[in-house]
Amino acid sequence: MCLMNLNIHFTQLENFGHSLKASSYRIPIKTPDEIYEAFQAAKKHGLKITARGTGLSYNDASLNGGGIVLDMTGLNQILDWDPASGLVRCESGVTLEQLWQHVEPDGWWPPVVAGTMKTTLGGCLAANIHGKNNFQVGPIGGHVVEFTAMLPTGARLTCTPKKNADLFYAMISGLGMLGVFTSITLKMKRIHSGLISVDAWHVPDLRRQLSGLLEHASDHDYIVGWLDTFASGSGLGRGQIHAARNLKQGEDPNSEQTRQLTYQHLPDRLFGVMPKSLLHYFMNPFVNNFGWRMVNLAKYVSTLRDHTFRQSHAEFHFLLDYVPNWERSFGRGGLIQYQSFMPKETAEDAWREMIQLSHQYRLPSYLGVTKRHRPDKFLLTHGVDGFSLAMDFKVTHRNRNRLSGMLQEFDRIVLAAGGRFYFAKNSETTAESARHFLGDTTIAKFKKLKKRCDPHGLLESDLYRRLFA
Amino acid sequence: MPTSTNKDTSKPPGQAQGRLAPATPLNPRRRGLILGASDGLGAELARALAREGYSLALLARRKDKLDALCNELNAAGNSARAYAHDVSQYEKTPRLLRQIVGDLGGLDIVIFVASVNQPPGGIDKYNFQNDRAMVEVNLIGAMAWLTPIAEMFQSAGAGQIVGISSVAGDRGRVGNPGYNTSKAGLTTYLEALRNRLTRHGVNVLTVKPGFMKTEQLKAALGPTPFAIEPSQAAKDIVKAMKKRKQVIYTASIWRWIMLAIQHTPSFIFRRLSF
Repeated sequence: MCLMNLNIHFTQLENFGHSLKASSYRIPIKTPDEIYEAFQAAKKHGLKITARGTGLSYNDASLNGGGIVLDMTGLNQILDWDPASGLVRCESGVTLEQLWQHVEPDGWWPPVVAGTMKTTLGGCLAANIHGKNNFQVGPIGGHVVEFTAMLPTGARLTCTPKKNADLFYAMISGLGMLGVFTSITLKMKRIHSGLISVDAWHVPDLRRQLSGLLEHASDHDYIVGWLDTFASGSGLGRGQIHAARNLKQGEDPNSEQTRQLTYQHLPDRLFGVMPKSLLHYFMNPFVNNFGWRMVNLAKYVSTLRDHTFRQSHAEFHFLLDYVPNWERSFGRGGLIQYQSFMPKETAEDAWREMIQLSHQYRLPSYLGVTKRHRPDKFLLTHGVDGFSLAMDFKVTHRNRNRLSGMLQEFDRIVLAAGGRFYFAKNSETTAESARHFLGDTTIAKFKKLKKRCDPHGLLESDLYRRLFA
Repeated sequence: MPTSTNKDTSKPPGQAQGRLAPATPLNPRRRGLILGASDGLGAELARALAREGYSLALLARRKDKLDALCNELNAAGNSARAYAHDVSQYEKTPRLLRQIVGDLGGLDIVIFVASVNQPPGGIDKYNFQNDRAMVEVNLIGAMAWLTPIAEMFQSAGAGQIVGISSVAGDRGRVGNPGYNTSKAGLTTYLEALRNRLTRHGVNVLTVKPGFMKTEQLKAALGPTPFAIEPSQAAKDIVKAMKKRKQVIYTASIWRWIMLAIQHTPSFIFRRLSF
């Protein structure tokens, strides 16, 4: 590893939405030993370190302006796979894409996946990601059998839910601020078909959107709602719910074929001719308040036909990968996502207020997605017995100040309603807001563990400085 | 519509109620480094960039003056840090730069203002010690700082470098050969950096001030036409930075004066006594 001249590693890095930028010394990591070398270099040069996978957080979780960023994508070997037990051991830079493609033909599927398959497992654990099945199976941390990590002290740590349990529950969800994951052992979930059965129906307002999520969650494995965030008045919160269940043994007569990777392939061309990688150029003219209002309206009208269908796992789960580089269609300013997690009792009123506020500000969200959640016992958890609403906002040079003000107002509404935040989203949350929903005891506990794992305070990201400094 | 947001739209980002709004990821501060910021043009540039919402690292030899400037800026709600440093101590540059980049959380612009002017004291006097000091600060000092910074900006594919050269670098004259040489060298060095870095998305601005009403000017013998306040020069420079210009004269009339001087034939020029 070349650390002789750090300057030539100086790189401008971005968040997923291209709306936040920070320049750092990016050091590629190929072996766990190099992580320790980087820690020593950081100490010598007086710099801070953040580990970064594929950099797909919506906020500043993997940015570290003026410091060292470890590029973990080179640590990407699947070390062990046992198709009999469903246990897989991977290096932390392995992506969900590598993982599902490795296990799917044997009849297994990752227990929890994000909306994109491009994320690394290290990043998934650091944020403790959830899927559309959060209400059934919890976040990804609950399916980790064991992980190893390199601590800034040079200690190589092995954690399981029993061994070093305090660190197990803190490092998963710990934003990579206690140590750097090196290998992760996960338990996969059995599937009996490459297909999934999806029920889709429309909901005319926010109340029925949320009651739909609540009532239909128990008889499905996955549930997710789409919300037309432009709609106001009596139609506020209208949209569509997709609820899906895995097929049981025998339901798919061709399960051998449907489990093949070729069957799971996301088409890369539209109508068989136009490369989808160009699609974001054609989307761009519609990504404005008027154009996107029409797109949302058209989408809502097209959902009015309730139906049930089957689609491949990859198609159902990885909607964000359906149009490559879709985030580019938001133009040069990029986008930011705001997600709030609400108790089921207060969600409706708070979200109604937030959506109305976004209309008053003339900063409507371009995409609204709701999910059903449950609490979990990880230290910096975002889980609640309730729902989450994720909203995408277009960022422009001119609206940054106003958008920031509106999102901070959202924070106040969420906190007053007993809600929580998820650290891979929301960029404008302040240290004060974090303390409000995490509680002083949790923060003290986290800082105590940090002192133990990282006595010199080498691990810091922009996000850490924002929330915990 | 909440009233506070109406107010925001009429003002530049981050400047509600005259004080800077707290920096957030969506509303970040740009980061600038000024070398030679204790007084004169450097201090005025610091004030001008602070008004634009930059967070600043200020370097100079004299820590007391620098601290006073930082206090002034920070009291107005800006963010400025002071670093005592002599640009001719080249071996200290890389470590200090890394520290500054870490403290600021990145680096967007760098302005090299540091300069000394020690005339030999007459058109028939020679003084190697003075000449050497001027080249060591004005030229090699700039190279010591701008080399690692150019390397970083090239690698990042972004950034802006501003070098304060002088009209004195446009022609070798009888009065101050060492100063002319140091500024001619700096002008050429900045041009070379520009030619290297433009293709990497980095802007390099060469500033050639004429006379400025600073401490240095009081010591000047002879007439000082078109002398301007440093605050006016700072205003011109910030404007040129925004437009990502390449070379500017300040005051702008010097462009035409120097055009004439540059084109004066040698057989005349060598007989002149300025």
